[in-house]
Parts: sequence; C-alpha cells; structure tokens
Amino acid sequence: MRRIATQILNPVAVALVATLMIAGCASKRVPNSAADLGLAGNAAPGSTQDFTVNVGDRIFFDTDSSSIRPDAQATLTKQAQWLNRYGRYAITIEGHADERGTREYNLALGARRAAATRDFLVSRGVAANRMKTISYGKERPVATCDAPSCWSQNRRAVTVLNGAGS
Amino acid sequence: MKHFLKTMLLAVAFTAGLAGLVRPAWALVEIDVNKGNVAPLPIAITDFLSGDTMGTQISDIVAADLKRSGLFAPIDKSAFIEKVSNPDAAPRFDDWKVINAQALVTGRVTQEVDGKLKAEFRLWDVFAGQQLVGQQYFANKGNYRRVAHIIADAIYERLTGEKGYFDTRIVYIDESGPKDNRIKRLAIMDQDGANQRYLSSGKALAITPRFSPNRQEITYMSYESGQPRVYLLQIETGQRELVGNFPGMTFAPRFSPDGQKVIMSLLRDDGNSNIFTMDLRSRNTTRLTTADAIDTSPSYSPDGSQITFTSDRGGGTGHSQIYVMGADGSNQHRISFGNGSYSTPVWSPRGDLIAFTKQTGGEFQIGVMRTDGSGERILSSGFSEEGPTWAPNGRVIMFFSEPAGSGGPKLHTIDLTGRNEQEVPTPNFASDPAWSPLLE
Repeated sequence: MRRIATQILNPVAVALVATLMIAGCASKRVPNSAADLGLAGNAAPGSTQDFTVNVGDRIFFDTDSSSIRPDAQATLTKQAQWLNRYGRYAITIEGHADERGTREYNLALGARRAAATRDFLVSRGVAANRMKTISYGKERPVATCDAPSCWSQNRRAVTVLNGAGS
Repeated sequence: MKHFLKTMLLAVAFTAGLAGLVRPAWALVEIDVNKGNVAPLPIAITDFLSGDTMGTQISDIVAADLKRSGLFAPIDKSAFIEKVSNPDAAPRFDDWKVINAQALVTGRVTQEVDGKLKAEFRLWDVFAGQQLVGQQYFANKGNYRRVAHIIADAIYERLTGEKGYFDTRIVYIDESGPKDNRIKRLAIMDQDGANQRYLSSGKALAITPRFSPNRQEITYMSYESGQPRVYLLQIETGQRELVGNFPGMTFAPRFSPDGQKVIMSLLRDDGNSNIFTMDLRSRNTTRLTTADAIDTSPSYSPDGSQITFTSDRGGGTGHSQIYVMGADGSNQHRISFGNGSYSTPVWSPRGDLIAFTKQTGGEFQIGVMRTDGSGERILSSGFSEEGPTWAPNGRVIMFFSEPAGSGGPKLHTIDLTGRNEQEVPTPNFASDPAWSPLLE
C-alpha cells in the first residue's frame, strides 16, 4: 500500500521549484493574501485576517504530487497552532491543481492534496470533525500565465476559515 | 425539436422514376477512408430547387458538411455548366464531366399542404452515368438543418461505405470570463456549431458533460450544491437529478452503452478515488476498483463487456496510465507503456481503438491505441490538448486545445488518419466536448 501524505522529497527538485517560484513572483505575482494588499499589521488576533497574514492560509505542492513539502509542513504546523488556539472556526480545505494535467485526473489530485493537508493538521492536533475538504482540480487557478511560475502557485491547498468566528 | 425524431421525419427511397430504371448500383465513384492521404472527391452540389431560399440553404449545409469531412471537395457553383431545372430527370453528365465532378447532387424542396417541408435529393455517379441514391424526407420547417445533415450523411455513406456523422449534436462547456474566475456553462449545439444554446445558467461550475445513448439526457459534474457531484439532465425539459447519495465527491461520469448505468469516480476519505457504477433504475451501486490510487475517467467498450480507465496505481510522479478491466472489475491490467503519462481513455464506438490524452516532453497529445495498448498513434500535439470524444462512426475525434497565451480552449476535430484538423466554431471558449450518437 502506497502512502500518500509522507514521502521523502528530492532536495534538488524542491530547490528548483523554489527558484522558479521566486523568479515568477517577481514579475507575475497576483495578490493572494491580505499581506499582498498591504493589510498586514492591522489584523486582530484570532481574525481570519490574522490567520491569512500572520500564519499563511496556503501551502504549495510539487508537480503531480500530494506530498507535504518541508516548507508546507512549517506552514501547516503554524496553522495547527493557530487553529487549536481559535477553536471556534470550522475549516474547509480546498485542494487545487495546476493546468498541466487533464481535468478529471486533476480533480482527483486536488482532492488528494486536500486530504493530505487535512491529515497533517489532524496529526498536529486539529480535530478532524472541524474540517471538510473540497477539490477544485484545475478549475480555479489564482495565477494565469501559461508558465511554470504560475503553475507552482496554482498547485496549492488553501485552508479556509468558515464564518463561525466571533 | 421535441419528438421530432420519430414523428416528423420520414425517409422514403424512390422506387418510381429514374431510380427504377438504372442498373443495380455498381459505383465507379467511391472513397477509401482508410487511406492516409486521400485526395478529396470533387463533388458538385447544386442548389436544390425551391420557391424561396430554402433550397440553397439546404444545399449549402450539405456542401459544408461534406467539405469539413476532408473527404470531399465541393466544386464552386460558378463553374457549373448545366443549370438543373428538373431534378427528376437525368442530368447532362457530359456537362459535369467537363468540370471534373465525380459525383453530382440534385434536389428540390417543397412545402406540403400541412406546412411540412418535403426535401428530395438524388446522388449521381457522373462518369458511370447513373443514380446512386434517391430519397425524400418530410420535416417541420424549423428542422431544415437536420434534413440537410441527414442528406449529407446519406451521401457520405453511399460514397465511403461508412455511416455518416453529420446529424449529431455536441454537448460541451462554454467558457467565458477571466481565467481565474471562469464561468463554465453546459451548452449544446449541432456538430457544425449551429443551433448553439445553453443548458445551465453558469452560476455553478459545470464540467464533463456526456451523452446518454438515448440522446435525451446527459450526465455531468457540477458544484451547484456546493460539493462537486454527478448529475443527470434531461435536455428538453431541463429536469435535473443528483446521481446517487455518496458521502464524497463524485466525478468523471459516463453512461453504460445500454444507458442503464452511470459509471464514475467516487472520492474516498483518504484522498484516493475509485470507480463505481450506479444502476439508474434500482439505484444499486457497485464498486469496481479498490486500489489505493487515483482511478478515474472510466469509459465502457461499446458492447458493455469492458471498461478502460485512468489510474496512477503504478506509482511515481507523472505516472497516470491507461488500464482495462472487465465490466465486473475483473482482470485489471495496464495497457499504456509509452514514454509519458496517459489519461482520459475513451473507447471507440467501433470497439477497436481507445483514444487518449498523453503528456510527454512538456506537451499534450491526442492519440489512439488498440485496446491491448499496441499500435499507438499520435494524431495531434500542442501546448494543451485534452479530452477526445468520438464521432459515432469512429472516423473523427473531437477534443479541446489551448495554445500557450491564447487565453482559453477551443474545440477541434481531426480524422483518425491524423489529417484534416479543424476548429469547431463556438461563440466563446469551449472545452469538454462530447459527441452524441446519430440522432433518430
């Protein structure tokens, strides 16, 4: 039986992807978070803005992979600490894929990424019954250039806080 | 269009007049569709006689269908010498030989006392000097395009020996709006792009529509309930219905060839996806695969005995491959072994081939292979190409293609020979085409 969530990553591959992301962000980055919109610093602790700005609401994946990368593990660990502190939020984890795959396969891949993200948060103490998952496959890209710099931003899982907050 | 099929269209082969006088058909003129580089057959399609523009409209549709097939070269009407004034009489074959017309189509459109349209046509073998086909059809005036497609199918069939595919429709996804906020609507149109209309509002994301063998309903996936689920839609009434009551996402639906089942993927809680069927009458569900993997994009063989699907159970990155199993889930085995990843297998209506999407070397390709995986042939390659669907005669494949920087996908057709790639006209960007069976 093959494990989905945890695999040893090739450090060279990770480094390459990271480089491409940085190169792409310099020119084509779209505003993905409150931080990009210049809202950092105003977030009330425990607000969705606090979560998005100070914790980070999304992680990224390697091509055709649902393994949680080391950088994503760090983000999810911070997410879990925050979510455990602010237990009033129900959580939806959205799984997404880049456009370099076929539609149905990418729906399944996005679902697998969402499940891997959920499972990691569970392993860090977030109650499973607070979380649901949904896959958007490649149907909801955030970066729209036809280049690797955009694809790497689209291969993502986004932790969305539902409106149960105060 | 409702109930058009059985009650308003009647085809009658001519038994009187010239048709009865000619020798038994032994055509000199014919097309071998299996040849890789066949020269299109020069054919003269005259304006059908009528008191209005209807005759010309019908003959123009017939000519456009035949031309798009790549197998026929309709001759410019300005080159015609004989002006056909009596379509019941034999033409002056010498006049048509001079302009090198191998085949000639004549016809007439009249209005019956009940208001119905009567369309007659004759197909002539110019060099043999004989009639090959003579038929007449009755239809409501609003259905004149269908009458033209049926005539084109009759000509195609007589000259190629293969069933036509012009009297068919396409369901697909109309795409509008910016790429990061695309509106994706179900749409339907004739195979030539005419009579386009929407089947969903676009409020919810809808994808992957597929025709029922009865042509009256489609199955598709939509986010309309918030969660992605497989639905049925009655085309004429607009009635929608959720397929099954599964706990997780259902996707990648298709009908079984008898129309009694929908086969689809169901997401498991652990993130893997397996293939299930649901019987539409009994509502019983049957699980066909159990691998800890992504199993998706199932497609039945036309006899219903086998299923091809995509799976990444072989492991590794970029290793989705094509598998085949019995309709009961038995004997699951991989058939794709080329260099790259494979997905979206679709069984040919003739049963002998499987069309697929392949990713290799940073490109997407549309190809076909035999059902044991041998004889792989790539028909088209590009930046992004996906989602083959077969014309009902198994000679033409439609797919969607998005060149880099183009902003969105368009529908394309290509012959099984890899020749004659053409864009299908749609008002907006378009994806996920599914070809209907021949209408009836």
